Amino acid sequence: MKKTLRYSFLATLPVMAGYLVLGMGFGILLYDKGYPCWWAVFMSVGIYAGSMQYVGAELMAAGTGLLPAALMTLMVNARHLFYGVSMVDKYRGMGKAKPYLIYALTDETYSLVCDAVLPEGVDRKGYYVLVSLLDQCYWILGSFLGGLLGSALTISTAGIDFSMTALFVVIVVEQWEKARTHVPAVLGFGISALCLVLFGADRFLIPSMLAISALLLVLRPRLEGKEGDK
Amino acid sequence: MSGKTHAVLLVLTMGAVTQLLRFLPFAVFSKGTPKPVLYLGRVLPAATMAMLVVYCLKNMAFSALGAWVPEAIAVALVVGLHKWKHNTLLSIVGGTAAYMLLVQLVFQT
Repeated sequence: MKKTLRYSFLATLPVMAGYLVLGMGFGILLYDKGYPCWWAVFMSVGIYAGSMQYVGAELMAAGTGLLPAALMTLMVNARHLFYGVSMVDKYRGMGKAKPYLIYALTDETYSLVCDAVLPEGVDRKGYYVLVSLLDQCYWILGSFLGGLLGSALTISTAGIDFSMTALFVVIVVEQWEKARTHVPAVLGFGISALCLVLFGADRFLIPSMLAISALLLVLRPRLEGKEGDK
Repeated sequence: MSGKTHAVLLVLTMGAVTQLLRFLPFAVFSKGTPKPVLYLGRVLPAATMAMLVVYCLKNMAFSALGAWVPEAIAVALVVGLHKWKHNTLLSIVGGTAAYMLLVQLVFQT
């Protein structure tokens, strides 16, 4: 158990960095929009999706309708469908923990569980639960601190949401270094960039995901067996 | 209806849709996962993370320097810092600080 705890904690350190910075950025943004720190905690538990929470802050400030907000969430978070697809098999047999694991499947937690190669003596279920739980704690703490800080800050926080981009870039770099084939990553970049140009910033996610999945399936005979880490 | 009540409903709506998206695959594939889905499970992570980077940069434009140079510099800095030190905190904080400086002081939009 101790080994699992230690390993899981160490694995979440990158996410802790990202979530504390990103969470605080969100908390500060939300405060600026007129929602004090407990709102940040409410959103971090009720929604628990970083990028959507940033978008949500804007939607709340603008008084957007429920239906447009629901559609927006569908578009922004549709990728979570694909996280679930990747994890269906890995989360089988997780028992009572399974609903929490699914609820907590954010971008960053997904990056830690999707291709985890665990050393001897580390319990898989314990790892999944700890990683998910720790990540959410960092996020809640960050967003709460941001909300608190928002009232004390005098400097401008413009650009703080870049921390999310930075975190994803770090993850891509680390995945790239470990991967045996770069085809999935290159495909991901290429197709989403193309769809961005074709469909515009507001509508490119769903076409991208459909096209990426379709193309990866077409390439399955060539790629199967070559995926995974060096 | 007060503004704050509406805000609560918004949060609940966004939360409900998010959870629906997360739980759906587990409901659909509860009886056993077909092989193509397992394969996707192995190749989608890298493709998805790449797509997410594009998603974060979706508002970049080449119409004005301020609409792409800060992002380009900051992303390059994150990659460079990470390949140099492999320290996630340094990479994220360094890149974010650079971006904030560029956007606030150099390329005010």
